Amino acid sequence: MKLLRRLAKPGFVAGFSIVLFWVLCAVLGPFLEPQSPYADDLMNALAPPSAAHWFGTDQIGRDIFSRIIAGARPILTVAPAATLLATFCGTAFGLITGYAGGWLDALLSRLIEVILALPLIVVALLVLVALGPSSLNVTVVIALVFTPIIARTVRAATITECKLDYVPAAQLRDEGPLHIMFVEILPNILPPILVEVTVRLGYAIFTVASLSFLGFGIQPPSPDWGLTIAENYGLIVGGYGWTVGFAALATASLVIGVNLVAEGIQEALQ
Amino acid sequence: MIGSRTLHAVARRGALSALTLGLLSIVVFAGGQLLPGDVARSILGPLADARAVAALNHQLGTDAPPLKMYLHWVGHLLQGDMGMSYAYRSPVAPFILHALEKSLLLAAVTSVIVIPLSIGAGIVAAMNRGKWQDRLITLGGLSLTVVPEFVSGILLILVFGVWLRWLPISANTRPGTGLPEQLRHLILPALPLVLILFGYIARIARAGMVEALEADYTRTATLKGLRRSKVIFRHVLRNALLPTITVIAAQTSYLLGGLVVVETLFRYQGIGSLILTAARGKDYPMMEAGILCVGAAYILSAILADMLIALLDPRSQAAHR
Repeated sequence: MKLLRRLAKPGFVAGFSIVLFWVLCAVLGPFLEPQSPYADDLMNALAPPSAAHWFGTDQIGRDIFSRIIAGARPILTVAPAATLLATFCGTAFGLITGYAGGWLDALLSRLIEVILALPLIVVALLVLVALGPSSLNVTVVIALVFTPIIARTVRAATITECKLDYVPAAQLRDEGPLHIMFVEILPNILPPILVEVTVRLGYAIFTVASLSFLGFGIQPPSPDWGLTIAENYGLIVGGYGWTVGFAALATASLVIGVNLVAEGIQEALQ
Repeated sequence: MIGSRTLHAVARRGALSALTLGLLSIVVFAGGQLLPGDVARSILGPLADARAVAALNHQLGTDAPPLKMYLHWVGHLLQGDMGMSYAYRSPVAPFILHALEKSLLLAAVTSVIVIPLSIGAGIVAAMNRGKWQDRLITLGGLSLTVVPEFVSGILLILVFGVWLRWLPISANTRPGTGLPEQLRHLILPALPLVLILFGYIARIARAGMVEALEADYTRTATLKGLRRSKVIFRHVLRNALLPTITVIAAQTSYLLGGLVVVETLFRYQGIGSLILTAARGKDYPMMEAGILCVGAAYILSAILADMLIALLDPRSQAAHR
């Protein structure tokens, strides 16, 4: 309750409303779309926004308004899935390396340094070229890169906790290391993990959208926003701005929304 | 004066960087040559004849054992030979150098815009702590930081290129165009990168300023009757901006990744679009060399930032990492 009251700030509420709006679009999509997001209509290609097509139509006459609504689903599936996967693996790794230390710890630090020396997009490209682009591969790659980053946060928090009395106390009670890590320490380090997860979710959306734009993310004929921009941005010069403008605004609003939520949680927990 | 301790720190730093670069080369090699499995098969496609695949693998030297291939690749890299492009059948190096030059120009334009802008904004925010200027710069900057480059790029093109017609949409100019005109074409491509970096740098500059404004030496300077402007320029800024340098260097990695997207959006032939084109065409030697250059550029910028800080802050010379 106290946490909820501390969260109730304009920034967080605005961000939460934006995210909620897109989540509703993702879940209820088919009921909200006035037309099928996949149905082409070549006679009406590149029609400007009108009463029949609120956001206009694309190169093959698909209704952009419907595609924007439907586009919430792919990105809000891939990005959270990648974040969750990375959170599970990262938390486990961080707990183990933070609690056990030693060579595993040294290995993790080195690994993080190498991963951070390359831009995320470039690492993702490297792997996706080899594995082939697909939603599943994008999820796995992003989770793979985020795992050591989350592990680092969890590791730091675990090391701090290990210095508190309850950890040696549990050791004296002869509890096993798994029990100490996951039952004793984990509940106490949930706040920093929660902050890390929301921040990572923002980056995951950022990365999935960028990869889709580059052609290595979500694949056609998905109504994904990044993909929509990739398919249509050549038309800007011709004055068909609506084919990409709405998708850009949708992406921007979603990432800003997630970021405001992350900021709000971070402030409330401090 | 360079003491033995400083030398020791420099040597240690160099060794660690070399180790990171070595590990990076393994990661890049593994990603580029081993993950695809059969290189020739991935180039020729699933329908190609097995003999053609074997012949191409032999021709490219990709039928050797992985360790031998890696040592061969690294050995040539150390001699400055980046290999042969599969797509152009000619050495990779000239392509990489030309692309690096173009990316460097774009990165320079970005830095020239973003560094003064964000540091200025950070200072304004710190001097107006808690007021609307502060909230606007902090929250606005942070929100812009998370918008993907291609998204802000599209919106900027629509507003400044198509609607207002203030700036040219294309990053490319005809050969023979003067530098000022070339730079004018790079403003719009630089802006998405500026928006991303602005929030980070402004936030650190603000934090550094706040800390320095509250420090004892600032109070002493004020109490001994120095003018406000003199206190700010002589005492506060010098201390406040040191952490900012580290952050600017740390964002280089981000900037290099952003180049891939921005150069694609604006069809600019820099290192980012070179890597992407190579990735799409499965031109592995070109891709690997490009990625390794990006990693090396990042490691180099981190070292440069450390040296710059050591120069500006005498205290850090004694302390070694």
